[in-house]
Amino acid sequence: MNEVKSISKSQIWSWLKEVTDPEIPVLNVVEMGIVRNIEIDDDTVVVKITPTYSGCPAMNAIEMDINKKLRDKGLSDFKVKTDFSETWTTDWMTDEAKRKLKEYGIAPPEPTEPEKDFLSTLVAKQKIVPCPHCDSLNTKLQSQFGSTACKAQYFCNDCDQPFEHFKCI
Amino acid sequence: MSTLETKPATKQEVLHEYILRLADDRLILGQRLSEWTGFGPELEEDLAMANIALDMIGHASSLYEYAAELSGEEDRDDDYYAYFRDDTDFKNLKICELPIGDFGFTIARQFLFSSFSYFLYEQLKDSEDEQFAGIIKKHLKEIKYHLRHSREWVLRLGDGTEESHQKIQTAFDDIWMYTGELFDMDDVDKMAVKHGIGADSSGFHNDWKELVVNTMEEATLKVPDFNQYMQEGGRRGFHTEYLGHLLAQMQFLRRSYPDGEWK
Repeated sequence: MNEVKSISKSQIWSWLKEVTDPEIPVLNVVEMGIVRNIEIDDDTVVVKITPTYSGCPAMNAIEMDINKKLRDKGLSDFKVKTDFSETWTTDWMTDEAKRKLKEYGIAPPEPTEPEKDFLSTLVAKQKIVPCPHCDSLNTKLQSQFGSTACKAQYFCNDCDQPFEHFKCI
Repeated sequence: MSTLETKPATKQEVLHEYILRLADDRLILGQRLSEWTGFGPELEEDLAMANIALDMIGHASSLYEYAAELSGEEDRDDDYYAYFRDDTDFKNLKICELPIGDFGFTIARQFLFSSFSYFLYEQLKDSEDEQFAGIIKKHLKEIKYHLRHSREWVLRLGDGTEESHQKIQTAFDDIWMYTGELFDMDDVDKMAVKHGIGADSSGFHNDWKELVVNTMEEATLKVPDFNQYMQEGGRRGFHTEYLGHLLAQMQFLRRSYPDGEWK
């Protein structure tokens, strides 16, 4: 067993980088921005995580995987808490994570734009999302909803391939 | 546990009751919407409705978890509220429990409810209770997607073929009497406003009407009379015959094996 006193936060951060998203296994939970904070008070470690999408079934699995990882590393006094004090945004994904997404065949989210007046944007303007396979800009949106809560369906008119876009929120 | 006669008093009790209502709306409508999974009119819509249903159940779950914390009762969690309460304990609006009907009915309801949720959540995101406000901000991002989706379909069906127009017009006509309840303010709502944690729906009633009227007119639909007879009672635990059937299906497994665990 690892004594909490002898463990540094950076050690815990590096352990958590070994926990991957079950639905996008190329990404770990740290580079996705899911792990928000690690606190060590007295003899307990508190890991704060925030959900990506409310309906994301992977969140339960992620929480279990984090618990398992920390236990496997010999930690016993720790808590994983869900925290809503900040709202998750795709802007928290690291550039490295976005690069890995594209390599995996998913068009990464672009930086979010400050929202002016939502009601005036009810007719969603079509964003140009480059094809992750051939980089063509000649693509079209097929559905705002895809195989998971975080993705939209696109089609590339040049390489004739459907692809997924990680929605930016 | 019947809460029909119980009037919440402390700020914490008011917040608990207020959050449960919001959660009940989302759980029941999410469960209804999930009935489309595998039966959507086209693959993209099948996925869209499954996704939105999942979002709504996720919204309910995070609200229930906070309610469990506020209740002060040990061993209470989101599953307790979803699976171990009876129909009169549920305080959802009646509009949420009506059967899915045809695709037009589903879209009309999603549009009316999502637009209401959007305006409500715009107010609630400034709630004085920080944890509640944090949860609301998270949900609001997703509600915007839901509103866009249903609004686009109202336009497409209303301004589509003769058949699609007629079906969604009938849907709006049929569902209209369940829209009044969205804006009823009872004691719990008023106390929540007084404590700075809830929203006064009269403040955005006109904005909501404007969005609904503009969208329906753009879709060449006739807007029913806002002053017609309206249903009420959901917030007091009085429901239509449909809720019991929904709960039976949703709860039976958990109640048959109350301590069952996934292995």
